[in-house]
Amino acid sequence: MNVLETLRVAARALNRNKMRSFLTTLGIVIGVSAVIAMVAIGEGAKKRVEDAFASMGADLLIVLPGTTTRGGAFGGFGSMPTLTWDDLRAMRSEIPAVRAAAVQLRSTAQVLSDDQNWTTSITGTSPEFFDIRSWPIGSGALFTASDVDGGTKVAVLGKTVSDKLFGQGVDPVGLTVRVKNIPFQVVGVLSPKGQSPMGQDYDDVVFVPQSAFLAKIQGGLQKYISGAIVIGAQPGQTARAERQITELLRDRHRTPPGGDDDFSIRNLTEMAGAQQQGVSTITTLLAAIAAVSLVVGGIGIMNIMLVSVTERTREIGIRMAVGARPRDILAQFLVEALTLAVAGGAIGVILGVVAAQRLAAQFGWPMLIRPDIVVVSVVFSALVGVVFGIYPARKASQLDPIEALRFE
Amino acid sequence: MARHLVELDAVAKTYRMGEVDVRALRGVTLTIDEGEFVAIMGASGSGKSTLMNVIGCLDRPTGGSYRLAGEEVSRLDRDALAAMRNRTLGFVFQSFNLLSRTSALENVELPLIYAGLPARERHARASEALARVGLGDRVGHHPNQLSGGQQQRVAIARAIVTEPRLLLADEPTGNLDSRTSVEVMALLQELGRGGITVVLVTHEADVSEYAARLIVLRDGLVKSDERRVPRIARPTPAVEEAVP
Repeated sequence: MNVLETLRVAARALNRNKMRSFLTTLGIVIGVSAVIAMVAIGEGAKKRVEDAFASMGADLLIVLPGTTTRGGAFGGFGSMPTLTWDDLRAMRSEIPAVRAAAVQLRSTAQVLSDDQNWTTSITGTSPEFFDIRSWPIGSGALFTASDVDGGTKVAVLGKTVSDKLFGQGVDPVGLTVRVKNIPFQVVGVLSPKGQSPMGQDYDDVVFVPQSAFLAKIQGGLQKYISGAIVIGAQPGQTARAERQITELLRDRHRTPPGGDDDFSIRNLTEMAGAQQQGVSTITTLLAAIAAVSLVVGGIGIMNIMLVSVTERTREIGIRMAVGARPRDILAQFLVEALTLAVAGGAIGVILGVVAAQRLAAQFGWPMLIRPDIVVVSVVFSALVGVVFGIYPARKASQLDPIEALRFE
Repeated sequence: MARHLVELDAVAKTYRMGEVDVRALRGVTLTIDEGEFVAIMGASGSGKSTLMNVIGCLDRPTGGSYRLAGEEVSRLDRDALAAMRNRTLGFVFQSFNLLSRTSALENVELPLIYAGLPARERHARASEALARVGLGDRVGHHPNQLSGGQQQRVAIARAIVTEPRLLLADEPTGNLDSRTSVEVMALLQELGRGGITVVLVTHEADVSEYAARLIVLRDGLVKSDERRVPRIARPTPAVEEAVP
């Protein structure tokens, strides 16, 4: 009896009990669709975290100044300026792993257009900042190094600020905004960047040259930087850059060996990695739970196949009497179990993809169906069919033809 | 001289039922030649069903020797027994044993499937076999759409489709009325005339009269074995369709 014939016989047998066949496959359907949906959702979440961190800038390090200690109470990082403008220059010139460095001086202030106002974050920086954060300009232009040198009163607006002050769809380049009553000419609007992993709006910000910031918005200290330094490391050299910056700053600040750093470095790549790993772990866990239902589905198939063998004892006897070998009977029931499992797997794939699509749409995540997972779950359900089908099929094939023919 | 198709030499079959051994056959010796039409009779418990199962390669004897078409059956494994049933034997049962919800044609094709024949040839041979039993116009009918006599004729078609050398009929008329019984017996006699060896197990004396040889079993032994002139089955003409 060839494969095609066996398949045809199996299909007919299953077709006779449509409802039962459907209910039997349900376990596998649910298992496979759950695995696929879970993994797709997990991948979507991972991608989202990835995107969020990528939007902050790749290979990004943030160097924060040190802490104050007053009467034993630590003031937290950034509470005491320890980083100097010379430190910044040294980082730029002495560390090959640093691609670019920029200061990030922050203040919160009310910004006025002719008829609107908006309180937002004012950041003083240099043009390298936009490169480090891989943040392209949407319209107009960035301010330049000469703007920084000359202390020009120009501003680059985040998309949110531009929308709030001038309305959607209005290009404010060339117009003026007032910060602390000082007019700044808008030279550009940044392209929207979205939200940080913590839900903070990146686009709710106004950038001005650091010199103008210090002169007009928040007077700084002569020698010290009253903010953070953001570092763009050479691709893939974030860890090395971090190590070299630590060495450089400890050396420059004359920190004795064993003494605490008077600064701290945040490695965003590392944070992103940790977050992604967390998401991966949860995805694996969910998929594993879903896979358990595949096994449960397999037990369901075994149960029904056992019932089917008993019900069809006489049929088995007839087939044996006309010349079916034990292996023909084994193949027949095994193929039936396999067909149930694979059909369940196929339906599960379709349902899983649909479910993943709907959930992804619901959460606004990218939908990522992993083809390898689709293949693995179909193969696994086939495996379940074989493993749980072999016992009933063997039982059928070992029947005594006389007993089977006499069975009522 | 006719060849021995079935050679039983001191065949014994002992079942173990719990603590007691049941000796269903206690040493049956007989030979059946190619082309014979034999009836086996006996009271229930005489061992005729067991003998039938042994001859039909559904069961192996526990003692003695059984040679079917020259092959020692007691030495065959399950696969070889299946092959023997498929090629050398055809079965007709009292309860027809057709697959339900399966057309007559497909029922008749069943042995050919296990013989590994391609679909086209199966269809041709099964249609031919059905035509031979007078059901050429019923190929698409399912068993529940056929009368008892018709079902038994489908079963006979299934038994002869592989062109076996030995046709075993176990109470083939047991579930049929007398008129249909005569029809079935006429068909078996005709097949016998065509050269096929027929072994018929029955407990009805009038059915056994159609056989040219009567073997009577008692307590697992051959009690008598005689040849006589068989009665010719003549179905009454008022039958649904004329038997060919």
